[in-house]
Amino acid sequence: MNDLLRRYQVTPAGWLTLLFTLISIVIACALSAVLIATTGFSPVDAAKAMYDGSVSGASGWTTTLLYVAPLLLVAVGSCVCVRAGIFNIGQEGQVLIGALGGAYAGLRLAIHGPFLLICVLVFGAVGGGIWAGLSSLMLRFRGVNVVVSTLLMTFLAQQIVAYAVNTSWFLQETPEGSSGIAGSESNPIPVNGRLRTFGQYPDLSVNFGLFLALAAALVIAFLLARTRWGFRLKLIGLNPVTARHAGVRVAALGGMSLAISGAFAGLAGAVLVASPIGSNRLQPGTSINVGWDGLLVALIARNRPGLCVPAAVLFAILRAGGDYLAATGVPSYLADVVKALLVLALVAPSVLVAAIRSRRHAVPTAPTPLTTAVGAPQGVAA
Amino acid sequence: MSFTEDTATILSSGVRLTVPLAMAACGEYLAERAGTLNISVEAMMLSSAFASVATASATGSASLGLLAGAVVGLLIGFIHGNLSHRLQINTFVVGLVLNALALGLTSYLITTSTFATHQVPQLSIPGLRSIPIIGAPLFQERWSTYLLLVIIPLTWWLVGRSRWGLELRACGENPQSADISGIKVNVRRRQALLWCGLLAGLGGAHLAVAEVGSFNQNMTAGRGYIVIAAVIFGGWRLGRTMIGCLLFGLSDAMRLALPALGITLNSQFLIAAPYLLALLAMLAFTTQHREPRALAQPFERGST
Repeated sequence: MNDLLRRYQVTPAGWLTLLFTLISIVIACALSAVLIATTGFSPVDAAKAMYDGSVSGASGWTTTLLYVAPLLLVAVGSCVCVRAGIFNIGQEGQVLIGALGGAYAGLRLAIHGPFLLICVLVFGAVGGGIWAGLSSLMLRFRGVNVVVSTLLMTFLAQQIVAYAVNTSWFLQETPEGSSGIAGSESNPIPVNGRLRTFGQYPDLSVNFGLFLALAAALVIAFLLARTRWGFRLKLIGLNPVTARHAGVRVAALGGMSLAISGAFAGLAGAVLVASPIGSNRLQPGTSINVGWDGLLVALIARNRPGLCVPAAVLFAILRAGGDYLAATGVPSYLADVVKALLVLALVAPSVLVAAIRSRRHAVPTAPTPLTTAVGAPQGVAA
Repeated sequence: MSFTEDTATILSSGVRLTVPLAMAACGEYLAERAGTLNISVEAMMLSSAFASVATASATGSASLGLLAGAVVGLLIGFIHGNLSHRLQINTFVVGLVLNALALGLTSYLITTSTFATHQVPQLSIPGLRSIPIIGAPLFQERWSTYLLLVIIPLTWWLVGRSRWGLELRACGENPQSADISGIKVNVRRRQALLWCGLLAGLGGAHLAVAEVGSFNQNMTAGRGYIVIAAVIFGGWRLGRTMIGCLLFGLSDAMRLALPALGITLNSQFLIAAPYLLALLAMLAFTTQHREPRALAQPFERGST
């Protein structure tokens, strides 16, 4: 019990961080309000619209919870590879490839019954995993910087998806009606390939994807905190050389963690296609920036899968509220501005406190051992 | 249309698409040599494009717009430098957040306001501009295009020949040794980011007030990332980086021109080409150790 208390004891630095965080959140909100006011809208109306659209009633929560699932999946995956000290920045591309894989399975596999849904999800996860796995192969065999390769692969993924939905033999929709013009999207995936939604419109309805994401967060939190695998990843992240000496297969485990992170992003992509967020079709914009945002979710959750849940809910609230903003005339881009400012407000304080403390308790650089110098007076170095 | 006319049209549109890339790439090149893989180039270009159009509209002078763009780029470089090389927040995180912020803020502001169109005047060089095929593309451009003639040699001299550049490269190759020899690593990296911001800002402003004349939502459309790809493709050498920019600019021009010429080629492939080439270049270069060795590694004294 005492151990537990000590673990959650707030240090003076912790209180300072909390204070700074509160101050910076207030600053972020104030800046957003100033922005709204200078463009001729009412900040109060905008705040109310964002509240109405996201958390005020059953329909608001329905939208919010829909967004939570993909964001949380991406964030949880991101926690895995960051734990191993690998920074994957290409989740957006992995989400897209996952969506491509999911849509391909849904449209091209002639399977009846619920097994199709499993195929959609598995294809998505495998697609994202392979896409990220390519980056770990490039790191392993050619030493290519992971950040650079995952970033560049994102743009390749965007073009692959654009190609897929513009090519008739690949995934482009079948032309409808007399015009016979096919748009840049795929056909909707069949109903038995979609995730079920529980609850009806006026009441709160929850998509199955949310449970999937929560389960993933729980499982990963347990695996990272309580298993040998999680401990090894932590070891690699803290010091790969020491890990190597301790007998951990650094390259294999690190590469695997990157692929796993990609697999979660890919699963998020499949969930996007299979849940009612979009139109159940693969489109060039299917990923709706979930990849970039999921990365930021993991960041403000300090890469802890458990904390990713509230962080993902916060981001989902901003998204759902942003969708609703347009009704008041305020452009929904405002939500993006608020989001970026909030991320800065949540990340900067702890770093700021650390910087202040390290300046105060600066470790002096090791003094030159004067005693070894010829003719040095005795006792100076002591 | 004759063949020479077609070539001249594609060339001049290629040159116009190259110039903003080349300006920003000079800055990114310098930042990467100092060890910062700066991904906020996109934010720098986009927000400076917006700032330049807004300033040009407010003051009626496109040249003042260019200046404002450069200043805004500088400001973003300053913010990025202080967050990532003073407070030691992960530089990619800072870059991502800045990119998201710039995209959101400019999209928000452009939908709530309208701006008059102003464009930097053309400067055509008599005599040279009448050379067939390459005359018009190279010698009949907006005057800010010719700033490149100063920027490229200056960047080359700064990095390759000045004491400051030597220290900068030391920070990119081996920050611990640089620190021991009395170079303030994080100060140098912040300075490199300022230079990067200035040039990327100029590039974005040039795109907006010199070539397009107006701002539209997400007008840079990933050009910042193409700049990063160009520096990688160039193997962290200035000359090859510039060749990369020209190549990517021309391929973009080809993509825009192909439908008019009646040739069907995969536009997705042409859009993806810069990134693909950069990836292939990275795969090829790693054996030659072209990459600054401390690229994207933060430096903190006492943490090896």
